[in-house]
Amino acid sequence: MKESKKVVTTEGTTQFSAELIAKMEEAKNCFPEGKEKSAILKILHLAQAEFGWLSVHSMDQIAEILRVEPIEVYEVATFYTMFHLEPVGKYVFEVCRTGPCMLVGSDQLIEYIGHKLNIGIGETTKDGLFTLKTAECLGGCGYGPLLQCRHRFHEHLTPEKIDSLIEQYQRGEIKPGAL
Amino acid sequence: MTNRKLLLEHLDVPGIQGIDAYVKHGGYASLKKALQKMSPDEVVEEVKKSGLRGRGGAGFPTGLKWSFLAKPEGIPRYLVCNADESEPGTFKDRYLMEKIPHLLVEGMILSSYALGAKTSYIYIRGEFMYVLEILQNAINEAYAKGYLGKNIFGSGFDHDLVITPGGGAYICGEETALLESLEGKRGNPRIKPPFPAVKGLWASPTVVNNVESIAAVVPIVRDGGDAYASIGIGKSTGTKLVSACGNLERPGVYEIELGLSVEEFIYGDNYCRGIAKGKKLKACVPGGSSVPILPHHLVTKTAAGEQRLMTYESLADGGFQSGSMLGSGGFIVFDEDQCIVRNTWNFTRFYAHESCGQCSPCREGTGWMEKVLHRLETGKGHLRDIDLLADINKKIEGNTICPLGDAAAWPVAAAIRHFRDEFEWHVTHPEEAQIRNYGLIQQPLVA
Amino acid sequence: MVKVTIDGVEVSVEPGTTILNAARQIGGDVVPPAMCYYSKLPGTGGKCRTCLVEVAAGSAADPRPMPKLVASCSTPVQDGMVVNNKSSQRVHDNRGGVVEFLLANHPLDCPICDQAGECHLQDLGYEHGSAKTRYEEDRRIFEPIDIGNKIKLHMNRCILCYRCVYVANQLTDKRVHGVLHRGEHAEISTYIEQAVDNDFSGNMIDVCPVGALTDRTFRFKSRVWFLKPMEAERSCSKCCGKAVVWMFGNEIYRVTARKDQFGEVEEIEQKTAWLCNDCRFEKKEVTDWNVLGPRVINRQSVISQGKYATTIDKPVKRIS
Repeated sequence: MKESKKVVTTEGTTQFSAELIAKMEEAKNCFPEGKEKSAILKILHLAQAEFGWLSVHSMDQIAEILRVEPIEVYEVATFYTMFHLEPVGKYVFEVCRTGPCMLVGSDQLIEYIGHKLNIGIGETTKDGLFTLKTAECLGGCGYGPLLQCRHRFHEHLTPEKIDSLIEQYQRGEIKPGAL
Repeated sequence: MTNRKLLLEHLDVPGIQGIDAYVKHGGYASLKKALQKMSPDEVVEEVKKSGLRGRGGAGFPTGLKWSFLAKPEGIPRYLVCNADESEPGTFKDRYLMEKIPHLLVEGMILSSYALGAKTSYIYIRGEFMYVLEILQNAINEAYAKGYLGKNIFGSGFDHDLVITPGGGAYICGEETALLESLEGKRGNPRIKPPFPAVKGLWASPTVVNNVESIAAVVPIVRDGGDAYASIGIGKSTGTKLVSACGNLERPGVYEIELGLSVEEFIYGDNYCRGIAKGKKLKACVPGGSSVPILPHHLVTKTAAGEQRLMTYESLADGGFQSGSMLGSGGFIVFDEDQCIVRNTWNFTRFYAHESCGQCSPCREGTGWMEKVLHRLETGKGHLRDIDLLADINKKIEGNTICPLGDAAAWPVAAAIRHFRDEFEWHVTHPEEAQIRNYGLIQQPLVA
Repeated sequence: MVKVTIDGVEVSVEPGTTILNAARQIGGDVVPPAMCYYSKLPGTGGKCRTCLVEVAAGSAADPRPMPKLVASCSTPVQDGMVVNNKSSQRVHDNRGGVVEFLLANHPLDCPICDQAGECHLQDLGYEHGSAKTRYEEDRRIFEPIDIGNKIKLHMNRCILCYRCVYVANQLTDKRVHGVLHRGEHAEISTYIEQAVDNDFSGNMIDVCPVGALTDRTFRFKSRVWFLKPMEAERSCSKCCGKAVVWMFGNEIYRVTARKDQFGEVEEIEQKTAWLCNDCRFEKKEVTDWNVLGPRVINRQSVISQGKYATTIDKPVKRIS
C-alpha cells in the first residue's frame, strides 16, 4: 500500500454564493459567541451539498467564515468519512459493507453495482453521474443490504431494485433526502 | 411474559411524528409534571430509583452519572445527547428518533431541567441527516408551543435545544470524542481525567447520554422511578430497544422488557420468528459488534445450562469465557452458513477504519489484526497467525486511550476462543477458504 | 505534599503532579519512557502509551489497585499511591507490545536516518523491543516531503506523537501543518503544498522523538556520533541564543537546542531555551558563536553508551 501526498485538483468553480454563506452564518449562530467553530461539520455538509465535494478553495472559504486557519478545516474534513475531497459523480452510492450487511449479501451487491455501472469501487462512470463507494456501518443493519446517496437511504436492496434505482437517478427523479 | 412498551407505545398512532398527535397521547405531560410539581433533584431521584442504565452500551446507571455532574457557580452546564449511533448491529436510536422524535425532545428538556442545563445539544451522526431534519421540525414545533424557549410551562425554566450533525466517524460515539467533534474538531477521544462531568463541552461540566436513555426519562417521570424499576429483573430494569439483524426471519427494532428469554426473542412470534430461510443458528453477537460472539450452544443457555435472558447480567454470565454483553442492544444473528473468520475480518476492518489514530496500540494494532485476518480469510494464513492475533489482542486491550481498543480486541478474542477450528480450517484448506470466501455459500449475483 | 511510592522508592510531590513527573523527581531507571509527553508543551501526552505503569494501590484512602495500566504522563498521583514500573512484569510485557506497535510500520531505515544515534525510538527498541519482528505485512509508505526549505518530513518514521503540532500552536503565530486523515492513515501534513515558515518552526525538529522531522541544512552531512557537541551562545534578538553546536574539527555542522536527560529542551533561567530559525539554520560559522566548551550529554541513549562523558571533571572553559 503506497500513499503519496494528496494531489489537489480544483475542477470547476467552488465560489460560495451569498445565499450559501448566509446558510453557513446561520449554522454558526446555533452556538455561543466564540464557539462558532462547532458549526464546522454542518458547514462542510452545506458546502458539499452545493458542489458535490470539498475543494481546497471551499475549505479555505470555510476557514475564513469560521475565522480559523485553513489547516484546521483540512484536519477536520479529512477525519470524517462523509466528505469527498476529490470530485465525485453527481450521485455517490455509498454501500454499507459492515458485518450485518455482509451477512445479507452486501459484498455481492457491491459487485453487482460495479458490474452494472461498469466501474470499480471509488470510480465514477464516464458520464459523471455515478460514483461507487463502500461505507462502514450506516446504522440500518436490519434493513440491509443498503446504500446511501445524497442523504437518502435505500434499503432491502436486490439486483432488481438496483436496476430501477439507477434508472430513477438517471431520470433525476430522486431528490436529496436532506439539506 | 407481558410485553409492556414505554417508548414505542404509540408507534402506530397516525401522525405521531407531529406534536399534536404526540401531545394527544400524553406527550409533554411528563415535562409539565416535572416543571410544575418537581424540583430538579426530585427528577434526579426518580431516575436513580428507576435503576435506568445507560442504553448506549456501557450500562452505567444514568442517575448516578447525573449525580457526578459538577455544579460550580457561574459556569454553564450542558446536557449532550449522543445520537451518533454507529455500533454495527445497532439501529434503535435512529428508529426512535425517526418515528417518535418528540420523545427525545421532551426527554432532553426534562433531563436538562434535572441537571440545570440551560442549553442542550443533540449530536447526531451525519449519515442521519434526514433524521436531523425530522428532529429539527420537532424542535421547531416545541418552540412554537412554548415547550422550549423562555419560561416553559410558567416555571421560570428556560431552555434551548440545538441539534448538530457529525461527519462520519464511529469514534464520535465515545463521549469525549463526541465533545471534541461538537467543538468542531477531529474526533479524538480526550485523555481522562478530567471527566466530562467536571470538564466537558467547552470545559464546562457536561453529561453525555444516549438517545434511548434520555427518552426513557419521560416514562420514568410519568410513572415514577419505582414503577419503572418494577419491570425487569434485578439490576436490569425497565424496557430496552433491541435492534435485531443478520440472518433472522424478521429483523427490526423491538422494545422488550428486560428479562425476556433470548430463546423467545429469537424464535418467538412477537419478535424475530427464528432464523431466516429455515436455517439453523450458528452464533450470535447480542450487543453490537464489539461484544464477544456466542456460539449456538451458549446463545439460549448459559454454560451452566440456565436459560439465557435479555438482561445485563444473564448475557454476561460466564464472563468472557462463555458469556457476552447486552451492550447497545445490537443483536446480530448468524446462520449455519456464515463464515466466522470472514465476519471477524469484517468487524476488524471496521475498527481499523474507525480508529482515530491517536494512540499507538489502536492505530497500529487494529490495522495489523485486519491484515492478518484478511490473509487468514483468503487462505494465505499460517497456524501461528492465530496465536499472533490472540497476542496482538492482549496488547491492545486495556492499553488504549478510549474503549475502541477493547471493542476491536474482544470480538477477535471471542471468535478465536469459540471458533478456533474454523480459523485452523482456513489455514489447512486454503483453496476451499478462497472459494468459500466469495460465493460458495452465497451465490454471487453476477455470473 | 502527597506521598507516592514508585518501584519501592517513596517521594513527596506537589498535589496534581503526574506519576511520570513524580518518577522524574526520583530519577534513574524508575522513570518510564515517554515518546509523546513533553513537559514544556502543555497538552501533550497520553497518546503513545509507552509510559504505561501499574497502579498497585490507588491511594491511602482507597488502596484498591487500578484494573488497567495507566498512562503515567497523564495520571495524577494520589496520596499513598503505589506504582510499579520497572518492577512489574505486566508493564514490561505491555510496554514491549507498545514498542512492537510503534515499530510495526516503521521503516527501520536507521542506516540512512539523520536521527540515528539520538533517536528515542531506537533507545526504546533497544531497551524494550524484540530482536525479531512478527509483522509480516506490507508497511505503509509515504513519500518524504519538504515542508519549507529547512525541514524534511519523513512520514514513514513518524509515531504521531503530535509534539510538532503543539510546537506550531504554542510557539509560532500560525499553524500550517497538522494531523490529517485518521487511524492507520493519519499523517502529519500541510495538506496542500505549503512551507512551514516561521521564526520558531525549527523547534519541531528538536521535539520530534524520531527522524520524522529533520534539519535539511544537516541532511546526510554526518552521523551525529562523529560530531562533538559544544555549548555555545550568541546574542540574538529573537531567542535566548543558547545552543549546542555540533562540530567536526573547526566546522559547525548543525545547531540544536540544549537538551536535558529526558531529551527535552532545557530550561535556562526559568524559560525553555527554544531556538529561533536564524540561530538554528543560518549561523553555521564558528565566528557566529561564542563556543563555551564541551556539552555534557546526560541522556541515556544508544550512542551515549561509552561515547560521551556523563560528568565533566573540569569546569567549562571558555574558548574565545
